[in-house]
Amino acid sequence: MTVLAKSKALDAALPYAGHTTGGRAAVAAALNLLDDRRPRARTEARALLDALAAEVPADKGHVVGVTGPPGVGKSTLTGAIIRHWRSEGRSVGILAVDPSSPIGGGALLGDRLRMLAAAEDDGVFIRSLADRRAVGGLSDEVWPMCQVLIAAFDVVIVETVGVGQRDVDVTHLADTTCLVAQPFAGDMVQFLKAGILEVPQVIAVNKTDLGQDWEGTVAEISAVSATDHGGWTTKVVPTSARNGIGIGGLAAALDAHHTWLSSDGRLAARRRDASADWVLRMLAAEFGRYGISTLGGEAALRARLADSPGSALAQIEALTIQLTGTQT
Amino acid sequence: MTETAAPKRDKPWLIRTYSGHSSAAASNALYRSNLAKGQTGLSVAFDLPTQTGYDADHPLAKGEVGKVGVPVCSIADMETLFADIPLDKMNTSMTINATAPWLLALYVAVAQKQGVDVSKLQGTVQNDIVKEYLSRGTYIFPPSPSLRLTNDLIAYTLTEIPKWNPTNICSYHLQEAGATPVQEIAFALSTAIAVLDSATEGGPVPKSALPLMVGRLSFFVNAGIRFIEECCKMRAFGEMWTRICRDRYGVTDEKLTRFRYGVQVNSLGLTESQAENNVQRIVLEMLGVALSKNARARAIQLPAWNEALGLPRPWDQQWSLRIQQVMALETDLLEYGDIFDGSHVIQAKVDALIAGAEAEMARIADHGGIVRAVENGYVKRALVKSHAERMAAIERGDIKIVGVNCFTETAPSPLTQGVDGGFMKVDPKAETEQIARLNAFRQTRDDAAVAEAREKLRAAAAEGGSIMEASLTCAHAGVTTGEWAETLRAVFGEYRAPTGVDQILASPTSDLLVRLREQIRSTGDALGRPLRVLIGKPGLDGHSNGAEQIAVRARDVGYEVIYEGIRLTPRAIAQTALEEGVHLIGLSVLSGSHLELVAQVRQELAALGIDNVPIVVGGIIPDDDAALIQSQGIAAVYTPKDADLNRIMAGMLDVVRTANGLEPYAVAA
Ligand code: B12
Ligand SMILES: Nc1nc2c(ncn2[C@@H]2O[C@H](COP(=O)(O)OP(=O)(O)O)[C@@H](O)[C@H]2O)c(=O)[nH]1
Ligand SMILES: [Mg+2]
Repeated sequence: MTVLAKSKALDAALPYAGHTTGGRAAVAAALNLLDDRRPRARTEARALLDALAAEVPADKGHVVGVTGPPGVGKSTLTGAIIRHWRSEGRSVGILAVDPSSPIGGGALLGDRLRMLAAAEDDGVFIRSLADRRAVGGLSDEVWPMCQVLIAAFDVVIVETVGVGQRDVDVTHLADTTCLVAQPFAGDMVQFLKAGILEVPQVIAVNKTDLGQDWEGTVAEISAVSATDHGGWTTKVVPTSARNGIGIGGLAAALDAHHTWLSSDGRLAARRRDASADWVLRMLAAEFGRYGISTLGGEAALRARLADSPGSALAQIEALTIQLTGTQT
Repeated sequence: MTETAAPKRDKPWLIRTYSGHSSAAASNALYRSNLAKGQTGLSVAFDLPTQTGYDADHPLAKGEVGKVGVPVCSIADMETLFADIPLDKMNTSMTINATAPWLLALYVAVAQKQGVDVSKLQGTVQNDIVKEYLSRGTYIFPPSPSLRLTNDLIAYTLTEIPKWNPTNICSYHLQEAGATPVQEIAFALSTAIAVLDSATEGGPVPKSALPLMVGRLSFFVNAGIRFIEECCKMRAFGEMWTRICRDRYGVTDEKLTRFRYGVQVNSLGLTESQAENNVQRIVLEMLGVALSKNARARAIQLPAWNEALGLPRPWDQQWSLRIQQVMALETDLLEYGDIFDGSHVIQAKVDALIAGAEAEMARIADHGGIVRAVENGYVKRALVKSHAERMAAIERGDIKIVGVNCFTETAPSPLTQGVDGGFMKVDPKAETEQIARLNAFRQTRDDAAVAEAREKLRAAAAEGGSIMEASLTCAHAGVTTGEWAETLRAVFGEYRAPTGVDQILASPTSDLLVRLREQIRSTGDALGRPLRVLIGKPGLDGHSNGAEQIAVRARDVGYEVIYEGIRLTPRAIAQTALEEGVHLIGLSVLSGSHLELVAQVRQELAALGIDNVPIVVGGIIPDDDAALIQSQGIAAVYTPKDADLNRIMAGMLDVVRTANGLEPYAVAA
C-alpha cells in the first residue's frame, strides 16, 4: 500500500534534483524546485505548477493553518493531530515555518520531532521553512509548496508563528485556520475584540493541564468569537497537547469545517482566493502598488483572476507581459 | 630518646576510577586489579545500551555494545561483573539513571545470590534524571514518570538498604554542558528540592521519613580549572544546602544536613592539542575540592590525561589514581583544619555566588520549579547560551587555553607515538560476543516466569505499585535490560527533551564572520536557494555540546539549520535529509561508534537515492579513522583541536561548493 497519492506531475519533477526513486523523493524534489530562484528552475517550476493545476482537483484535500504565539504548543499540538489522523489512515504533509534570524538571515528549524509519531512513518512528510523575514509571516515559497503537498497528501498542515495584524498570511492560505492560545491569553482576547486578529474558524485553548483557569479562557474567547462567518460559527476547543487530551475534539472541529467548506463549492472558491492572494503578492513584490493599480486595482484584478484559466504562475506571467510588454 | 609524633591526619576521601568496558568479565578483571592498586571503591561505567534500556541485539545498540562502559543485559552479567568481589565489603557507585531501579535490582539480586545481608550494602546509584534531560542524555521516559521511578528507588533503599545513597544530585554534567558556577549551584539545588518535594508530597516517602531522606541525599559536583572560585563554590553549596534543609524542610540535625558530595573534575577543558598539559589541569582542579576541609569531597574520581583522545587505558587510569594518592599521602593537605576559615576574600566570593544562585533559584521557582523549567526549555537554553559564551571567549582569546589558543607550537609528543595512538581500543568482538551470551542466557530461562514478572512490572507501573519490588522479581526471573525498559516504555511513553538552540545568540563579530555571511548568501544565490544544513546525532550518543554549538554558529553565519537533538536512527537522519532538501549533512559522534554509524547513515542515504548530498563528521574521531572515512567519501572531519568555529563554517561552505561544482573559497586553509 502506498500512502502517497500518485502524481505524474510530481514524478516529472524528479530529474531536477537528480533523484531517481519516486514517491517521497518526488515530493522532496518538487519542493526543492519551487524553492529555486534560478531562471531555468523558474521555467520548470511553472511547468510543474501548471501540471499540478491540471491534474489535481480544485477541492482536493484539506489545508489547515496552525498559528499562534511562540511556545503555546503549536508543534506539539500539530504532532498530536497528525497522530490522530494517521491512526485513521490519512496521510499528512506539513510545512513548518519558523522565523529567520534578523542578522545573517539564518534559521534554526527544529520542530520536526515534536510532530512525529514515529520518526520513520512514510505517511508523514515534514518540510521546515524559514520565514525569510517575510512581512506577513510566510515566505513566497509557501503557497506553491502547499500545492505540491495537496497533490501528495490527504491533509496539509501549515504551522506558522504569529498573532496580530502582521501575521495574516496563513489565514489567506489555509482552508481552515486554527489559532492556538493558552489559558489567560489576555492579549489574544483583546486582539480578537478589537478586530486586529481575523477570527479563525477554530481556536484551541492549549495547556489545560497547567491547572490554570482554562474554562474561563474558553468562555471568554467563545464570547468574542461567537459571530457567524457566513454560516460557520467559530469552534473553541480546550486541549492538552502534552497529555493528549482534547485532540479528538480538535480534529473533529477541523474536519467539521472541512465538511462545511466542501458543500456549495466553498472549498474550491477558497482555493481560488488563496491563489489570487499569492498572484497579487508576487505582482506587488515585483511591481509595487503602482503595478497593481496599473492593472486596474486589487478588486478588479481578483475578479479577473477568478475567471482566467491556467495556473497561478501562468497568470503572473500574463499580467507581467501586460505590464512590461515583454516576455520575461 | 625523644620521638616526634607523626602529625594527626584526616582520613582521605574515597578514591575511585570511573571504569568499565567490553564485557562483564573484562570489567571484573579491571576492577580487581584497580582494587589491588589501592583504589578504595568501585565506580561502574555502563555502556549506552544498558543506560538507555536496550539489549545488545537491539538495532539501536549496533556499534555501542561494550564501547563506553560495561554491557549488563541480565542478572548473569551482573554476577560476572562482581564475581569474587564480596558485595558486603564493597562501596560501589553506579552511574545509572533512567534504568537505575533495574540495575540496583540486579545488584541486590546478586547480593542475595552471594548470600550477603542486603541491608549491609553500601554504595550509590546516580538516579538523577533532571540533568539527563539537560546534559547527559540517557533519559527514556517523560519527566513525571521518571521522577516517580527516582522516588520509588529512594523509598526502597530508605527502608531496605539504609546505608545506600539512593540519589546523587549532579551538577557535574551541567558544568560539562557549559554551566557557570552560579548555574551549577542553582540548577542542582533546585533539582534536590524537586526530588524531595515530589517524594514526600503525594510520593512514596512518608513525611515522617523526610529527615532521613534529606540525610541520604548526596551530590556529584564538578571542579574546573578556576580552582579558587571552585573551592568557594563548594563552600557556597554547603551553606545553601544546610539552609534549605533547615528553612524549607525543618531539618536541623547537622549530621543530616551536611552537603555530602563526590567529584569528577572538569573534563570539558581537557584538550586534544598538547594533551600532556591535562595532567596539570587535573591536579589543579582537584585542589578546588580538596583544599577546604569543611567543604572537602567525600569521593573523587579523576579523568585521564588523554581524555580528549579516546578512552583511557589501564596505565592512563593508574596515572590519575596516583595523582590522588600523591595528594592524599605525600602532601600535608590532610593535617590541617580548614585553611580558609576567616578569610574575607574567600567569604566575599562565597557570598557573591550564593546571591547569584539564590536569584537564579527564584527564577526557576517562577517557572514552577526545575521540572517545568526543563520541559519549557528555559534551563537548556540557559546552558547552551553559557556554553556559547564560553566558546566565544575562547575564540576571542579572553579565556586562554594553553596549546589551543596560545602557545600552540610543540615538539612531537612521545605519549601518542605508540601503535595504539595513546588511548584504548575496545575489543571489536565485544558486541558479537555479548549478543551470543545474551542469546545463550535467553535459552536458560523459564519463559513463563519471565512473562509473569514482566506483567507484575507492567501492573506496578500502570497502577502505582512498587517498581523496585517488581524489578527484583524480574531480576531473579531472568528478564533482560531491554525487556525491563520495553515494559515501562509501553506504559510511560518516551520523551525528547528541548534542544535549547532555539534562541538568538550573537557570535563574536570578526572579519571572517562578516565575510562568511556574504559568501554563504552568494553561494545560496548561485545554487538557487538559501543553503540548508542538517546537523545529525546518530546512535545512542548523548554528547550534544558540539552539535549545539555548531548548529547555533551555522545559523548565525546564515545557514538554514535543521537540528533535532540526540539519539536519532541513521534511517531518521536520512529521511530528514530527504524531506528537508539539505545541501549538507553534518554528523556529530563522540561515543566511539563513528565507523558503524557513518556507514549506516550512508547506506540509508543511498537507499533513498540521495547519496549525492555531501557529509562532514565531527567529534572524537581518531586520526586513522578520520583518514579511513575520508577515503570512503566523507568530505571533511573535525575534532576538538578545531576550536575555531568560523573556520569550521568556512570548511563546510567549501564542501558544499565543491560538491556543486563551484570553486572553493579556501579561506580556512
Ligand atoms: C563534555 C563531555 C561529556 C558531557 C556531555 C555534555 C553534553 N550535553 O554534550 C557529559 C558529562 C554528560 C558526558 C557524559 C559521558 N561521556 Co563524555 N565527554 C565530554 C568531553 C569532556 C568533552 C566533549 C565536549 O563537549 N567538548 C566540547 C565540544 C564543543 O567539542 P566537540 O563535541 O568535540 O566538538 C568540536 C569538534 O569535535 C567538532 N564537532 C563536533 N561535532 C560536530 C559536528 C559537525 C557537523 C561539525 C562540522 C563539527 C563537529 O566541532 C566542535 C568544535 O571544536 C569529552 C572528552 C573531551 N575533552 O573531548 C568526553 C567523552 C566524549 N565522553 C566520553 C564518555 C565515555 C562519556 C559517557 C558515555 C560515559 C559513560 N560510560 O557513561 C557519558 C555518557 C554520555 C552519553 N549519553 O552519551 C568519552 C567517549 C569515548 C570514546 N569516544 O571512545 C570521552 C572522549 C571521554 C573519554 N576519554 O573517556 N561527557
Ligand atoms: N504543560 C503543557 N506543555 C505543553 C503543551 N503543549 C506544548 N507544551 C510545551 O510547550 C513548549 C512549546 O511547545 P511547542 O509545541 O514547541 O510550541 P510552539 O512554539 O507553539 O510550536 C514545549 O516545552 C512543550 O512541551 C501542553 O498541552 N501542556
Ligand atoms: Mg513550533
